[in-house]
Amino acid sequence: MPFGLLKFGLSRGHPVPRVLPPATDLKDSYDIVIVGGGGHGLATAYYLARDHGITNVAVLDKGYIGGGNTGRNTTIIRSNYLTPEGVKFYDESVNLYQDLANDFDMNLMYSKRGHYTLAHTDGALRTMRWRAEVNKHFGINSELVLRDELRKMVPQLNYSEDVRYPILGALYHEPGAIARHDAVAWGYGVGAAKRGVEIHQNTEVTGFDITPANGSAPKITGVKTTRGTIKAGKVLQAVAGMSGEVAKMAGFKLPIKTVPLQACVSQPLKPFLDAIVVSGSLHVYVSQSARGELVMGGSTDPYGVYQTRSTLDFKEGLMMHMLELLPFIGEVKLLRQWAGMTDMTPDFAPIMGETPVDNYYIDAGWGTWGFKATPVCGKRNAEMLATGRVPDIIAPFALQRYHDFKLVGEKGAASVGH
Amino acid sequence: MKVMPCPLNGPRNISEFAYGGEVEELPAPDCGEDTWIDYVYLENNTAGIVREWWYHTPTAYWFIAERDTRTDDILKTYPASDIYKDRVDFSAPPPAEAPGETS
Repeated sequence: MPFGLLKFGLSRGHPVPRVLPPATDLKDSYDIVIVGGGGHGLATAYYLARDHGITNVAVLDKGYIGGGNTGRNTTIIRSNYLTPEGVKFYDESVNLYQDLANDFDMNLMYSKRGHYTLAHTDGALRTMRWRAEVNKHFGINSELVLRDELRKMVPQLNYSEDVRYPILGALYHEPGAIARHDAVAWGYGVGAAKRGVEIHQNTEVTGFDITPANGSAPKITGVKTTRGTIKAGKVLQAVAGMSGEVAKMAGFKLPIKTVPLQACVSQPLKPFLDAIVVSGSLHVYVSQSARGELVMGGSTDPYGVYQTRSTLDFKEGLMMHMLELLPFIGEVKLLRQWAGMTDMTPDFAPIMGETPVDNYYIDAGWGTWGFKATPVCGKRNAEMLATGRVPDIIAPFALQRYHDFKLVGEKGAASVGH
Repeated sequence: MKVMPCPLNGPRNISEFAYGGEVEELPAPDCGEDTWIDYVYLENNTAGIVREWWYHTPTAYWFIAERDTRTDDILKTYPASDIYKDRVDFSAPPPAEAPGETS
């Protein structure tokens, strides 16, 4: 038997299946170059190929696909936002997510849990009511639940009044879900590659060829990389963390501050928490993964760092609040910790669409809310790149809004305390 | 614990401090809309060595720090008076005559 196993392992009849096609050389020119091989970039490539038949596309990533913030978030999907623009946008994403596993023929471990945003003050209750009403207006299932009702729905939490921030109620958002984030990136990547899109990993963008602005608007013509320069018809910047630095290479500034957001998981526990629980006041969001780990995140760091390091301060703060919410987890150990880089904008809404450079489009400013928007961004970016027109649903998120003073004030719907 | 060397109080835990953003030149009041939009909203967001405002909360003291945002190393801290030596002149300019008005 051991010999049989060894023979099987060494035989050439069972090669390791490749998920992505082997790396090739870069071509001289592409119709569309996507900078950034995270969820958003890969989703854009996928929908360009699937819905618009555009496959002369290169996705460039300086590391490996899904190795940035796509693999560093806490995988929560929801649409209970505050502004009409945000609610409509994220609702489309939630709807797309529900069919994604079928699209990919891959298990994304999409799991609808119900999302509870806790209110610990009268002011927070008022914002939850506001959000519930805006949501309901657009046909989204959100409801304000008060303390006694909430206690029946999520009995695991500590409802004591002898804590710093007693729970007064919550915004209950029934479609709230979690999904496996790596699978989302891989599903889009494999789907795009299968249809002819080239995905180039370990290919860092070092600059852009832009025709000089002789009175008219500057125009992008090529992308310089560590593996040579390529001509590009259109370019989409879909990076996170380095959005400001990449935009500077293209010659413009962004209203983005890059700040780490730290997260961690506990050792696996028996399933006991089926809800996603979030508290902006306590700087906590927690859900239990399919493996039984408690996935926990906190607030963003108080100042900008281009690093994915963890700090003791963060974990002390987060654990203090976790123990207030779920006192019985005192003996539970932490298993892993990490940080992602979040691109924070002044109005907590993303930056999408056209830029001061012709044919150079942007998908940035994803702060702490990027994972849930992956499908809608991919779909609408693809539509924009294919038709040259900015779709209505993403038009409010234009970079130009800072010049026109039309900010999309979404801070009240952020799950993270800031 | 991360330690910030405060120019007034010496080394202190970083939790005693608040971050105040990059040091930027205040534009002239009549500089035009684009410059103001740049000043109010747009960020340098530099990945590298930056000059920033920091505030020691217990003593209400603002100062300047030079920090590498790639490594989070604090390279140097000094009082704001090291770079801001001139007093701001707040004396009002002479009022412009309203059009059409005769004296």
